[in-house]
Amino acid sequence: MEFARAHVLVCGGTGCTSSGSQKIIHEFENQLAANGLEKEVKVIKTGCFGLCALGPVVVVYPEGAFYSMVKVEDVEEIVTEHLLKGRIVKRLLYEETVEDNTIKSLNEVDFYKKQRRIALRNCGVINPENIEEYIAIDGYQALGKVLTSMTPEQVIDEIKESGLRGRGGAGFSTGMKWMFTARADGSNGKYVCCNADEGDPGAFMDRSILEGDPHAVIEAMAIAAYAVGADQGYIYIRAEYPIAVKRLQIAIDQAKEYGLLGEHIFGTDFSFNLEIRLGAGAFVCGEETALMTSIEGHRGEPRPRPPFPANKGLWQKPTLLNNVETYANITQIINNGAEWFQSIGTEKSKGTKVFALGGKIKNTGLVEIPMGTTLREIVEEIGGGIPNGKKFKAAQTGGPSGGCIPASLIDTKIDYDSLIEIGSMMGSGGLIVMDEDTCMVDIAKFFLEFTVDESCGKCTPCRVGTKRMLEILERITKGKGTVEDLDRLEVLAQSIKSAALCGLGQTAPNPVLSTLRYFRDEYMAHVVDKRCPAGVCKDLLSFRIDEGKCKGCGICAKNCPVGAISGQVKQPYHINPDVCVKCGVCMSKCPFKAIANK
Amino acid sequence: MSEKTGVAFQSTKEQEEQLKAVIEKYKKESGALIPVLHEAQDIYGYLPIEVQQKIAEGLGISMAEIYGVVTFYTQFSTNPKGQYKIGVCLGTACYVKGSGNILDKIKDKLGIDVDECTPDGKFSIDATRCIGACGLAPVMTVNEDVYGRLVPEDIDGILAKYM
Repeated sequence: MEFARAHVLVCGGTGCTSSGSQKIIHEFENQLAANGLEKEVKVIKTGCFGLCALGPVVVVYPEGAFYSMVKVEDVEEIVTEHLLKGRIVKRLLYEETVEDNTIKSLNEVDFYKKQRRIALRNCGVINPENIEEYIAIDGYQALGKVLTSMTPEQVIDEIKESGLRGRGGAGFSTGMKWMFTARADGSNGKYVCCNADEGDPGAFMDRSILEGDPHAVIEAMAIAAYAVGADQGYIYIRAEYPIAVKRLQIAIDQAKEYGLLGEHIFGTDFSFNLEIRLGAGAFVCGEETALMTSIEGHRGEPRPRPPFPANKGLWQKPTLLNNVETYANITQIINNGAEWFQSIGTEKSKGTKVFALGGKIKNTGLVEIPMGTTLREIVEEIGGGIPNGKKFKAAQTGGPSGGCIPASLIDTKIDYDSLIEIGSMMGSGGLIVMDEDTCMVDIAKFFLEFTVDESCGKCTPCRVGTKRMLEILERITKGKGTVEDLDRLEVLAQSIKSAALCGLGQTAPNPVLSTLRYFRDEYMAHVVDKRCPAGVCKDLLSFRIDEGKCKGCGICAKNCPVGAISGQVKQPYHINPDVCVKCGVCMSKCPFKAIANK
Repeated sequence: MSEKTGVAFQSTKEQEEQLKAVIEKYKKESGALIPVLHEAQDIYGYLPIEVQQKIAEGLGISMAEIYGVVTFYTQFSTNPKGQYKIGVCLGTACYVKGSGNILDKIKDKLGIDVDECTPDGKFSIDATRCIGACGLAPVMTVNEDVYGRLVPEDIDGILAKYM
């Protein structure tokens, strides 16, 4: 094996790839060759570092210099200064990592300090397209241990004991699920499946795991197959994730080549084959029965449970289905023991949870926190707070199935049960931060538009009910709602929750219910005062110029696309509401902030 | 004929051969339909009735079943797409950062709606689900190119590159 004196780690996750990290890798290779360093310095394309807001990210070891927002033009300087002369390029360093002119370790930076990376342990550390790097950091050790020294019952007991709960959102005990599948009659075959149909808008945890550490999921699926007695597995992944699909396929092929998938793994009687199945853009396919119907090649419609997949799943055979992040925890539990895992988290929620932090927050990206961390720690410390001096208004978890956590509950501990208690849910891990400029009625409408669009149409409560709810919300945001509409929304929501066939329908009303619960005054402002306090719902806005603040510069009138603004220079200007199309250009151009829309 | 644009279906000998090979490859597998549709769409760019019929014959699945599956999944399109496929992400992270305004601006500029194609076949617009580049929100894509941290004023310049 070749040894390099320095390693350049370049993030190859979707976020950084979108901002050009592939070109940066090429430029590094060119520049290193031009300086004769190609044998001394190794360039490695890794998975996601988590700090997507600062992408493209480049980390140079052994110093651990964290370069952020790197451009292709910057590469030459990094190579000639840092790698050739040993002088770190300070202007490109992530400012948080510099203290008193020295580099802090990444673990001491606010963004990483409170994180604990178990599921993401290898993301941003290894090259996901090289199985040897995974093996070098204890990869496939857990599978070896399980196959050579544990019975399937012992494996299931270990997982049960750890307290691991499903990371897809519902939080069912993983060990119990494995036990039910193991006990089912498998004389005609059994399957192990992985749900990588990450459909929540704004959530990308599973994608990052598959892009950054695909072998962790493959190894865990093999362990699960051994525990429940299956020999065939499927990973159902969104077609919208091309990088993850490609790396997963490379990983599966490499594992086969190394004899870690296929027949007689580790020289035992255990055989396991794994295939990828691509989704085709249907949110409902994240529901377990719909996912299996889709793998079978049909319209991805759910079916009633019971029978549960543990008894009758894919092609009517017993099937175990876990989410990507759930699998990503398995090898660590096997290697370190259930007791170790139990020591992390809260009483009923063990371990960590990965969140995709997005929306109105400084450090957008991927974070993994121990269960029980408060929302305040996530938003203010890890997330770095709200940009532009705005105020925190709410955080949305659980996507279209979840709810909003208002600012008054920012000290809530994040775990399965406390989130349910306040009317939200853990969900798969999307965490969208909203500031004072976000209208909660508009957000509820946004999520309902999503569920109406994604409802498969099989059951009436979901197909018709969500549509009626959306119509009411549209009325409210257009200023045509009444106070009775709010009651009507609540009644409808309750019937849909109790009568819909699958998880999609049963949880679809949650965004409306939780915003009604915490932001009722905002709904009232829409229906009674016909006003949108956040200034979002266009039909309820009226643009006005504050005569006291207006200096009469005329910039607004010059920029108005419809000529609705008139006045004389150095005198206050006026907006003609009959002509105004409420585009907001005047407001964004006014140098004196003299225009308001509320 | 496709439903919205009225572009006649055309198939080259090469495309036909490719489709045949795909059907042959998956024929004996259970659950073959969706992988076949994915690959067929890669070959033709979309899935017109004529292609669906060939798949129905090749796999021995009824046309009704195939049409049902094609129209169920948003990834499958029965309309041809433009030479430049514009995708505007409407995931939550992009939405709260104003991707709705970005989409409006593009629709305005091209004079077409979502899922439509300009008459010269150059541009089509899709409102996409989260593409996972939330750190760059709001985001749009043109074929493989990704543009992030957008404001509506950026749109003219971006589209001009492809005009």
